[in-house]
Amino acid sequence: MKRNLLLIFLVTLVGIIYIGRLFYLQIIVGGNKNPINSATVKIEYDYPERGYIYDRNNKLLVANQISYDVMIVPKEVKSIDTLEFCSLLKISKEEFSSKLKKIKGNPKKYAPWLPEIFIKQVAKENFAYLQEKLHKFNGFYIQKKIIRNYPIKSAANILGYLGEVNQLEAKKHNYYNSRDLIGRGGVERYYEDILRGIKGKKYYNLDHVRRITGSYKNGSYDTLAVAGNDLTLTLDSNLQKYGELLMTGKRGGIVAIEPSSGEILALVTAPSYDPNLMVGRKKSINSTILFGDKINNPTYDRGLQGAYAPGSPFKILNGLIGLQEGVIDKNTAVYCNGGYRYGKRKYEYMKCHCGIYRRPIRLKTAIAKSCNSYFAETYRKIINKPKNTKIGFENWSNQVKSFGLGNYLGYDLSVGNKGLVPNTKFYDDRYNFGWRATTNISNAIGQGEILTTPIQLANATAAIANKGFYYTPHILKKIKNKKINNVKFTTKKQTGVETRHFPEVIEAMHEVFKTGTGKYSQVKGIEICGKTGTVENFARINGKKVQLKDHSILIAFAPKENPKIAMAVFVENGGYGSTIAAPITSLMVEKYLTKTITRKDVEERMINLSLQDEYDKLIPKKDTIAPTTE
Amino acid sequence: MRQQQNNIFANIDWFLVLLFFSLVIFGWINIYAASSTNSEGSILDFSTRYGKQLIFILLTIPLIILILFLNSKFYEQFSSLLYVSSLILLAGVFIFGKKVNGATSWYNFGGIGLQPSEFAKAFTALALAKLMSDRQYNLKLIKNQVKAFVVIFLPAFFIALQPDMGSVLIYFSFFFVLNREGLTLRYFTLGVTTIILFLLTVYFGTKWVLISSLALITIILIYISYKNKQFIRFNWPIILGTYVALILFIVGVGYTYTSILKQHQKDRFDVLVGKIEDNSGIGYNTYQSEQTIKSGGFSGKGFLQGDRTQGNFVPEQDTDYIFSTVSEEWGFLGSSLVIILFMVLLYRIIYLSEKQTNKFARIYGYGLVSILFFHVVVNIGMVIGLLPTIGIPLPFFSYGGSSLWGFTLLLFIFIRLDAHKKYDY
Repeated sequence: MKRNLLLIFLVTLVGIIYIGRLFYLQIIVGGNKNPINSATVKIEYDYPERGYIYDRNNKLLVANQISYDVMIVPKEVKSIDTLEFCSLLKISKEEFSSKLKKIKGNPKKYAPWLPEIFIKQVAKENFAYLQEKLHKFNGFYIQKKIIRNYPIKSAANILGYLGEVNQLEAKKHNYYNSRDLIGRGGVERYYEDILRGIKGKKYYNLDHVRRITGSYKNGSYDTLAVAGNDLTLTLDSNLQKYGELLMTGKRGGIVAIEPSSGEILALVTAPSYDPNLMVGRKKSINSTILFGDKINNPTYDRGLQGAYAPGSPFKILNGLIGLQEGVIDKNTAVYCNGGYRYGKRKYEYMKCHCGIYRRPIRLKTAIAKSCNSYFAETYRKIINKPKNTKIGFENWSNQVKSFGLGNYLGYDLSVGNKGLVPNTKFYDDRYNFGWRATTNISNAIGQGEILTTPIQLANATAAIANKGFYYTPHILKKIKNKKINNVKFTTKKQTGVETRHFPEVIEAMHEVFKTGTGKYSQVKGIEICGKTGTVENFARINGKKVQLKDHSILIAFAPKENPKIAMAVFVENGGYGSTIAAPITSLMVEKYLTKTITRKDVEERMINLSLQDEYDKLIPKKDTIAPTTE
Repeated sequence: MRQQQNNIFANIDWFLVLLFFSLVIFGWINIYAASSTNSEGSILDFSTRYGKQLIFILLTIPLIILILFLNSKFYEQFSSLLYVSSLILLAGVFIFGKKVNGATSWYNFGGIGLQPSEFAKAFTALALAKLMSDRQYNLKLIKNQVKAFVVIFLPAFFIALQPDMGSVLIYFSFFFVLNREGLTLRYFTLGVTTIILFLLTVYFGTKWVLISSLALITIILIYISYKNKQFIRFNWPIILGTYVALILFIVGVGYTYTSILKQHQKDRFDVLVGKIEDNSGIGYNTYQSEQTIKSGGFSGKGFLQGDRTQGNFVPEQDTDYIFSTVSEEWGFLGSSLVIILFMVLLYRIIYLSEKQTNKFARIYGYGLVSILFFHVVVNIGMVIGLLPTIGIPLPFFSYGGSSLWGFTLLLFIFIRLDAHKKYDY
């Protein structure tokens, strides 16, 4: 190497290496970095007011209250006067040091430069005083947050509650930061985007010890908070509260819908809880208790999620389908004589309690007296109408589904259950030897494989009340006092049964409350049309299949002309439909239509009636429980 | 010679002067960004760092005029005297000096600090040039090599006592001068091999480095003997010596590292070779510096817009880490421009040195280029995280009067010498 070349070579080599290194650092690694996320910029959020929620009569259901959290920035905590600090916040020294240790000793979970809640929701009265005193303590400050307040103390299943966004969600959704509040369940969850508003942001420059040195880029990135929108629900909170009152001591659900619009008037699940339990310092304890209660399941919405066999009310649908398919008319007669034989074998016999012997039973009577034989015969005729049973069955299945059964209805609440309406494939999979109408004859009386939720049944009732169509049930009426215009909720959904077939059935349902199973639950001056049901049910207790007290069921709408309310009532293990579900229905109808209750004795009896003894049977005895592989 | 006194700017290399002022001014802009706060005074405010630096820069002008005013023969004739006086100044620090950051390297004149080691480099370069430009001087003789080493390492010895190890390292750069004047590359190769072996041993541990380096040596020997059979026959002592030295060195380093060094000393090496990552302890400066460089991106955030610079994230940012300010606020474009400017400066000095007919000027030029090169390599290498943390300033850029004047002195003496050559005959 020529002597003078060594340095030239080295200068060139180092130059290339260094520029290459800069290229790597600044363009390959650093080029796509978002400057706002860097350690030099602090974002302060201004949380907007969350929208209020009102009921259909503009009664306030959900409001806000301000809460103050004491925040800690672990890195900034310097030696502080612990004694003074503890007496200021009214905590013990042990509590203080254990909390501090938990946060400071775990930098993986609690990033040292990010604020973390140190004490949740200090009392409002202390705020001003604390604010003034707290500045002495480096690393601590007070943050204002908006939390919920539920003046009506009911409808927890509809309203939902607010929870904190966890780190996983915060990563997934751009908008949220870890520990922000987010709607969990009910309207709070479904309409989160409308309710929450948009939080304001202020960016600040930080120096190396995370002191604010000024606003970032003169505030050009800063945004103002936008308040959330108020919602008006279709709910009638008086009716809702009344329903919850009537269901005291019982399990089940009540769903009431306005047939002419699909608006949900009441959506009762029992047992439920006071939504205020899910707010405030006790929230985490309460939520553990409520969600952990697997026996009463108060967080399970039986009105939306509970799938039950529909029982006798389902006969109405079979009657309607029979009329539509032309296999019966209003004069078709069936003889019952205490039961219906559908095969030669001994067990191929369905008992009936209609009590009509040696007289022809026609549709109106069959509905009023709930005759099993009549509908078993009708069901057979529907299925066997085409030569191919499977086509007949598929046709029947589709007709049932046209009433909104067997699938999610598409309402604006975030929980639900599809229920079950079997199709041919269902039975093909089940029976490899083939099957006929008589194989699943129980479908005729709503006791077979069919499962429905109270809201589905209430919706089907609304379709009957409307004589052949329904609107998708929904809970939201107005946003910011402006009526919503969601096509999903304003489109008429036609059932497969023509309007002309309904009057006969409606007459029969009226007859139920005049002379039939609901006659003891008549309300003076209101023509209620309905159908009771009593559903057998079984449970496995201590490994044995046990028949439990029947579920008490009823569907109804009122008044007969121009119906204002359609509803379904399910009371678990309530016994006959006529003894519990019918009085509850009639009270609800009366409450909604007249705002007063005339039959105080019935009301009192229903409120005080408790089925707790019956439910206690369901709890497996601890000493006999055995580990099973099931 | 007469002409020269009429016009002190005659024949000077304006290109170097231009480069000098570009670097100094761009440097000051970055010092302003790195040291300014929101409560601003005037730019001449002597209480701020950038205000002081501006005054330092303005004071280079009389210094430059003085350097250019003196006859180029003056530097040759008085080099020994200047060298000796710089040694006295270095020694005097221990009596009259002030201790700053654990090192006694400063004189204090009424609030203004002066660092003699910054000037000693220039005078050492002069003395070395003087020594080696003698017609009798032959670098092949060991005696002469020792003389050169004494001239170079005497000031380094005083500086090591202060202690300021970063500045001591600079004196090793004079190797390039010796090499240019005829010293074989053997010393250089030996030095570089030693450093590489040392780092490898620290990183991989004694065993593997020993095995693989012995294997490598053996392969090389087999290759050489295959090409030239004579080699093996006559060089047994050298071959055996190489093996023994290699084993002794690696085992020695391994032993020193694992058994003798204290933990905090080991940590420095471990962070350097990347064995441990430590972003808050001793690796903090480098980590912050790298983050700052990364955040600059392609075109930078703009003057005074570097939030990491403005937030004082990088320690010592207006002195040793000034390059990170360039990288953040001017991005890849700005920082590579600075590197290119330095490269051009170095090329230009090498080119001019080679053109010198006067041996003294050529040797001095090489001294200058070696010192500058070493400073740039070590400083920027540290800031961009390629070299360990060694605190030496970036020439013309870093804050500090002594450093700026020291480099001005170095550069403009060369410009003076260079201007003279044109009518040397």
